[in-house]
Formats: sequence, C-alpha cells, structure tokens
Amino acid sequence: MNRVTRTAQRWVVFAVAVGLWELVTQLAKAAEAEKSFFFPPPSEIALTAKDLWFSSAFGDHIVPGISRMLGGWALAGVIGIALGILLGRSRRAMAYLGAVFNFLRSIPPPLLVPFFVAAVGPTNMQFPTIVFGAIWPVLLNTVDGARGVDATKVETARVFRLSRAQWTFGVVLPSALPKVFAGLRLSLSIALILMVISELIGSANGIGNQLVRAQRDYEPTAMWAWIVLLGVLGYLFNTLLLVLERRALAWQPRHSLETQALATGG
Amino acid sequence: MNMLEVDGLGHTYKGKDGSHTAIDGLDFTVGAGELVCVVGPSGCGKSTLLRTIAGLIRPSRGTVSLHGNKVDGVPSDLAVVFQDYSRSLFPWLSVTRNVEFPLRTLSRTEREARAVEALAAVGLSTAGKKYPWQLSGGMQQRVAIARALAYRPSLLLMDEPFASVDAQTRFELEDLLLRIRREQDTTVLLVTHDIDESVYLGDRVLVLSKSPATVVAHLDVPLGPVRDQITTRASDDFVELRAKVAGLLQGAPVTVR
Amino acid sequence: MSGAPRVPASLVGLVGFFAIWEVASRTDLVPGYYLRPPSVVLPTMVTLLGDPEFVRAVVATLAATLLALVIAVLIAVPAGLVLGSVPPVRRAVMTLVEFLRPIPSVALIPLALLTFGTGPDTKITLAVYGALWPILFNTMYALDEVDPLHVETARAFGTGRLGLLGRVALPSAAPFVLTGVRLSFAIALAVVISTELFSGGTIGLGQVVNVASGGGLNMDTVLAGTVLAGLIGYGANAGLELLHRKAFAWSQPKVGAE
Repeated sequence: MNRVTRTAQRWVVFAVAVGLWELVTQLAKAAEAEKSFFFPPPSEIALTAKDLWFSSAFGDHIVPGISRMLGGWALAGVIGIALGILLGRSRRAMAYLGAVFNFLRSIPPPLLVPFFVAAVGPTNMQFPTIVFGAIWPVLLNTVDGARGVDATKVETARVFRLSRAQWTFGVVLPSALPKVFAGLRLSLSIALILMVISELIGSANGIGNQLVRAQRDYEPTAMWAWIVLLGVLGYLFNTLLLVLERRALAWQPRHSLETQALATGG
Repeated sequence: MNMLEVDGLGHTYKGKDGSHTAIDGLDFTVGAGELVCVVGPSGCGKSTLLRTIAGLIRPSRGTVSLHGNKVDGVPSDLAVVFQDYSRSLFPWLSVTRNVEFPLRTLSRTEREARAVEALAAVGLSTAGKKYPWQLSGGMQQRVAIARALAYRPSLLLMDEPFASVDAQTRFELEDLLLRIRREQDTTVLLVTHDIDESVYLGDRVLVLSKSPATVVAHLDVPLGPVRDQITTRASDDFVELRAKVAGLLQGAPVTVR
Repeated sequence: MSGAPRVPASLVGLVGFFAIWEVASRTDLVPGYYLRPPSVVLPTMVTLLGDPEFVRAVVATLAATLLALVIAVLIAVPAGLVLGSVPPVRRAVMTLVEFLRPIPSVALIPLALLTFGTGPDTKITLAVYGALWPILFNTMYALDEVDPLHVETARAFGTGRLGLLGRVALPSAAPFVLTGVRLSFAIALAVVISTELFSGGTIGLGQVVNVASGGGLNMDTVLAGTVLAGLIGYGANAGLELLHRKAFAWSQPKVGAE
C-alpha cells in the first residue's frame, strides 16, 4: 500500500501537469489566443516528434550531433583525467597553473564558438569547442581528488614500496574517482550545451541545425520536438553515466553516493 | 642477533617559525623475534621515531640499521600497521584484495594463499569479500594486521595500533597480537602511549622522555610468552612494572633493572 | 614548502601562459591571423573599455546576468527549502523537475527568440531557467545534510518547527546555497552571452563578439571580448568565494557541487 501511494505521489503531479498543459494549449488554440501558435499542445508535439526523430533526420542530424558530443566529451575526459592525476600530485604545478586553469574555465564556453569558427572553419568547429569547454570540470575535479589522497595512504603505499604504476592506478586514481565522476557529469552537461550552441550558430547538420531550420521555417511544433529530444538525450546520458558511476564506485557506502549525485545535480 | 639497531638517532623539523627537535640521541636494539614496546607521553616524538625507522623520514642525525643494513628509504622487508585503519585500508578494495595489495611480485595463486592464511590468522576467514566500511573498527584493524603479516616482514612496526578501538576490542586485539607472534615468531616494535598496554605486550619496554624524546629506561618484562588479560594484569610483576613505568613517565628518579 | 618563489606562483603561471600564447601566435606555430597575440589583444581590450558603446554592451550583459541570478535565487531557494523539508511534496514534484532539468537552456534560445523577440527579457528568462537548477539542488542537498544532532539539540531546547527551519536549517544550508549561486553565475552569464551571440539583435558582449567575428573577421575584438568575459567570470567566482570565506568562516567553501 505504502509503495503504491509513493508511486502515485511520484507521478500524479506529473500527469496533472501534462494534462493541464494539453488542456490550456488546446483551449488557447481554440480561442485563437495570441501566441498560441508558439505553444502547441503536447499531443501535437509528440506526433511531430515521432515523425521527425525517426525520419532520415535520425542518420543525417541526430547521429552526427550525438557523436560530436560524446566524442568531444570522451576526449575531454581522457585528457582531463590524465592531466589531473599528473598535476594533482604535484603541489608546485598547481600553484603555478591553478589560476590559468581557473581563468580558462571562467570563459563562458559559448564564446569559444566564434574563435573556433575563425580557426578551423564553421563546419569543423563543433568538436574542438566541445573539447575545450568540457575539459575543465574533469581536469579540476581530478586534480582535487588526486590531491585528496590522505597522508596515511601515502605512507601505507610507501611502506609497501608500491611501483609507480600501482601507486597511480591502484591508489591515486581510485581515491580521486568519486570527484572524477562528479567532473565527468558536469562536463557531460557542458558538452550537450556546446553541441547545441555550436550547431545553432553554424553547422551543416546536427540537432541544433534542425532547430534553426525549424525556426526559419516558422515551425514551433518541430522546435518543441527537437527541444524535447535534447531533454531526453540529456536525461538518458546522465542516467547512463550514473549507472556506470554506481558500478565503478560500488565500494562506497550507499549514502555518500547518493548525496554526491544530488550535490552535483545527478 | 640484532634485527634492528638504532644509533644516536635524532630528528629536527625545520619550519618557517623555527625548528623543533622531536627525538634526540636515541640508542637501542631489537633482537630477532622480540616484541619491544616504546612508551612515551603524548606528542613526545614516538611517531617520528617510528617513521624514521620505517624510512619514511630521513633522520637529521644518527643511523638505523635493519639486520645490518643501513636504512635509507623504506626497506623491502618491513611493514607498518598504522593507528588510523580507516585510512590505511583502501576503501575501494575488498578485504582480500587489500591483503593481497602489496604482494604484486608474487604469482596469483601464491597471493591468494597468503591472503587466506593471513586472514585466518586474524580470525577473518569469512570476511574476504566484504569492503572495509562494512566491518567494525576492530575488524578493520585486523585486516590491516593481516595485510602486514601476509607481507612477511622481518620487522613489523605498529603505530598506536589499538588506540582507535574500544576497550573490549582492544583486549582482543592485544591477545591476537601475542598469539600471532608466538606462532609466527615475528619481530615487532610497537609504539603506544598506554602504559598498561606496553607492559602487557612487551618483552621489553623502552620508556621515552618528553620531547625531544630520549630513552630514559629499558625495562625487561619477565611475564613469559603466554599472558592473560585478567591474571597477568593482576600479577605482582605486572603491577610493579606498570608503577615503575608510570613513575618514569612522570619524571621520578630512575632506578633501572 | 621551503624555497617557495617570492612572486606569487599563480602570477608566474599567468605570465607564462600569456608568454606562450604570444610566442605561439608570433611564430605562426598557430596561424597568428586568428590567434592574435596578447600584446595586441590586451591593448585592444583596454581601448574597447574606453569606448562607451562597448561599455554599454558589457553593462547590458552583466545587468541581464545579475538580474537573472537574483530572480533565480528568489525562486530556487524557497522552492529548495520546501522540497528539502517536505518529503511528500518532494516526491510529487521531483518527477517533473527531472523532466525539465535536462533540457539545456540554450536549446530554448531559437524558440524563445521567435516567441518573445530579441528584447532583454528573453535572455533574462532563459538565464533564469539555466541558473535555477544548481541553486535548487544545492539548497535541497543542504537540507539533507543538516546534522541531525543539531536538530535534536535545538529541539531539546524547545525550538519549534519554524524555529528549526529559520535558526538551524537555513544557517547550515546557507553555505551550500552560496555555492549554488556561484555555479549559477557562470551558467547565467553563458546563457546570456549565447543568446546575444545567436540572435545578433540584442545589445551585449556576445553581440559585439558576434559582429566582430562575422564579415570583417576582427579577431582582435573577438579575443578581447572573450578574455574580458573570462576575467568577469573569474572575478565573480573569486568574489563569491571570498564572500563565502568571510561570511561562513565556520564552513569550508567547495562544499556541495563543484
């Protein structure tokens, strides 16, 4: 009974919200209210989405957009983790580089688009933009995690005369892993944002490109459909990453996993 | 044969606001198979002593030799059990993997055999698959001891190993240590601030002065290899010795041996 | 650490960074045509800051960002307090929140521009949407993390439900909320600039950069605007961290999300 109530609580408000949305937009449409054209009922959005997502646009736009985003994110992740582990264990390196990294991180990532458009051209700039924007959260979080290896673990490792590889991959990396994942999650959402904005500003294909096309063609329903797709993708990738994180960090007590996820908006 | 020789050992920390001499002019030896307890007041430099012997700190003066070889860097046949078991164990590894962790040069089967043996010795045969946080503090410290034993060190250093567990568990772990060294003939140097513990565990007790720590007395503990928490602690020898150590720590006139 | 350099290491690092940039651009290691050297970019930035037109654009961007941040705080903190302290409401609303949050705010830019035009309220609305989430989640997280012993202590002294919220929960949550605000500033700034970059019709730093990067390809101005935006972001972050240290000396910054 209790479980039924909880599930109901969980979905009732959502169902009511969607129902209200449908009702209000239908009424507005019937009354030909101002702006109602821009707010189609969810049922119409769903139908358009079905047509758009599973058309040729899937291979032409959705797949290229997603591969850019995931590719850029993965490269940023690899570089960020490797550099972060390297620099995090050196007090001196971060004393010198910390401010530089923080400055680069502080540049609003969308502003990288004009620079990379000039540097590599409008059709190639999406990937470097995503990599450059997504690298900082992973890098700085990894540095933080690698730094946080406590003194007792350092001494334990020295007493057992660990090899360099065992120290790096057996002690530093696992110690840093919770923070690394927090960084990867932030980077993932930045990669999604940068994929969209870079495709909006100039791209031959991609989801952002389709959004702009729908805007030019004055098709709000199609725009809604693409927006919903981006939301679904964001949710999907974040959930997958969380599953991966739960597996990788299964050694942690449950509580700390959950609070971490919540704290970083997982 | 002397397993450990400490000669004129001294260490001074240099900081921004002056220097601090933690230990000075320490001389002592530990024979093979002996269990020697070092007892001293809090903050007297016991930890510094242990870390210089382990090769974690390079001493400012004097030498440490392990079976004749001068210690310069961490020796290969030495293990340390730290007070803070929750940090010394690796939380991302299961109990068995923690014990196997330092044995990377051995074959897989050898590693597994050593881990099984060491976990059995500390009474944790069934806990191998658990993660450290799923165990109580006393059990975690048993894992740390098992890890040190599996490494088969010539010298086992213990830094306040039972200071972070409750009194009941502490007694159990003390008896565990006594049993293990009887069975395995391990050489142990144990640092503690607890007078009773030093007398109960040690074949000999080294009493240190306040900082900078120097050796104020060597006391032999004639309580035999088999001891018991109730009868030993009530025996005349024990009571007399603990009073003597307490007196030494409070700076009473020294009458040694 | 002995032998630490007398000049702050971070300054040495920054100077080194600009020096490498300068060399990279001068030696055509990277074509200097688009990666203009800092010896050109930094003076351009100073010159631009003397130009009232440019200053107006920067002020417009900053004002929109700050306004969006204030509105986001006014919505997200009360909402977070309710969601964090009333579990049934939280269960009910979270599903909706989980559906809304993943939608990247920049994805809404074309639709918002089409619907509401290019006025400043469009970018402010979008920035509010983006800035809500870190504050909301940090506030909720903070309430989860309130030490139960503190609550019990207060209750043992006869503190009521409202007193608990105001005198225990809110003070212990405040540092987390500020962390959320710090993260949200960066997001709000990025969303505002994205809107300006994309629409071209709304006054702001993003528009200046957009115009400079089009047609004439004025890379001096593009890079000067980018560096300035970086400095603004850096300054805001450092300022909020300082505020954190001053206001909540009892708590460490960097709690919550980073």
